[in-house]
Amino acid sequence: MIAGLPERDRIVITGVGLTAPNGDDLGAFRDSLLAGRSGVTPYEIRYVGQTVAGVCHFDELRYQKKKDLRRGTRAGSVGIYCASEAIRDAGLDWENVDRSMVGIYIGVTEHGNVETENEIHELKGFDYDTKFWSHHHNPRTVANNPAGEISLSLGITGPHYTIGAACAAGNAGIIQGAQMLRLGECDVALAGGVSESIHTFGIFASFKSQGALATHDDPHRASRPFDVDRNGIVVAEGGCLYVLERMDDARRRGAKIYGEIAGYAINSDASDFVLPNPERQAQCMQLALKRAGLNADDVDIVSTHATGTASGDTQECLALRSVFGESRNTRFNNAKSFIGHAMGAAGALELAGNLPSFADGVCHATINVDQLDPDCALNGLVVNQPREEKRVDVILNNSFGMLGINSVLIVKRV
Amino acid sequence: MTPGEIKAVILDILEGIAPDEDLSGLKDDVPLREQLELDSMDFLDIVMELRKRYRVQIPEDDYVNLATMNSTVEYLAPLMKDLS
Repeated sequence: MIAGLPERDRIVITGVGLTAPNGDDLGAFRDSLLAGRSGVTPYEIRYVGQTVAGVCHFDELRYQKKKDLRRGTRAGSVGIYCASEAIRDAGLDWENVDRSMVGIYIGVTEHGNVETENEIHELKGFDYDTKFWSHHHNPRTVANNPAGEISLSLGITGPHYTIGAACAAGNAGIIQGAQMLRLGECDVALAGGVSESIHTFGIFASFKSQGALATHDDPHRASRPFDVDRNGIVVAEGGCLYVLERMDDARRRGAKIYGEIAGYAINSDASDFVLPNPERQAQCMQLALKRAGLNADDVDIVSTHATGTASGDTQECLALRSVFGESRNTRFNNAKSFIGHAMGAAGALELAGNLPSFADGVCHATINVDQLDPDCALNGLVVNQPREEKRVDVILNNSFGMLGINSVLIVKRV
Repeated sequence: MTPGEIKAVILDILEGIAPDEDLSGLKDDVPLREQLELDSMDFLDIVMELRKRYRVQIPEDDYVNLATMNSTVEYLAPLMKDLS
């Protein structure tokens, strides 16, 4: 039970650093979501050819040298940018922070595919003679790489690792950070998720073979969860990391507080490699609500996971109806319709897109809905245009992934 | 390949490995690691680039010869003299 915890066990968000295909900080990202601005563009990748993707444009050299970029990975670079931005946003006196008590917890859907594909592509030019295989391969592909690069860049000597949780990873990273703070393993947690997935042809090719890769003449309209004409996922890159602290620490230093981690849950479908399980998704939401001491009707905004696949969207809507069917106040939206599916970063980014609602009272929409799928016609679905609410106090963030992993995170106004 | 051409190759490789550094004042008789931020992985990059570009194989025991520009060129001269 998270509700009713003492102040030192209450975990709050005090900083946000992000890069999304339609914005490189929280303000720009939020502006794009309220303006209906997509970040999906034409994209070409080896072997697959022309497709569409959510591509980020953050300034890689703001926190790294050219040599760092050459040595490291795109995921590491995304992570360093987001972590540095989050620390700056949190107003931490970084020079005097005990960096042995900073923990780095980064959700990833996958890591190493990009670097391995690049090496094999290069090796082909040497007739697959492995003496031309790079000595950089191992440090670039170890699973902790994105978190480790943040540690190296920022001189953080506390724990660092990634949390592999498919597309539930963004939430999982935040949950891990909150738990480690409660355990006293760290005093500051850098937590969230990153994705470099648009740089691996394999993810595009695999979704295509599965019949789940979105196509559309207009890239801005390719990602269209809940629309009858949706035809799959738009792959995106991105990252979003939060500074998490215990409530008493945050209050003591007079930190700006975005919201409190009020509840969370992670569970497993145990039913299929790829197909979702609405019963387990609903159980995950119910468990998070119970831990937060909230009812469904207390939730003002549900940030849906929906990716734009026929099965995924309708199954999530089944789960949502079973949990929120009686709720009169809950609104539903979707950020993937703007940026595509940012994989390991998705859950963290989608939460960030909604956090400003506590201050401005607006629920951003899900866009690209020309004809709503009747199976997805949720009461409270905010379609195409943002909606002004009287007040937003509670956000519930869904993030689900392959192999049947579900994660739900609830954040409330402080 | 002449010693001058070999030096130009090494400088080109170093530009890729140390893209933030100004190589114009590099002293040929001073160890590269005293003048540039190069670690062991960077040194392996020099070895790998020579292997990829010219199929030059440098045994690990010979890495010591890559300490300065002068010693590098001197070591590579017989290995690369027939290359264009």
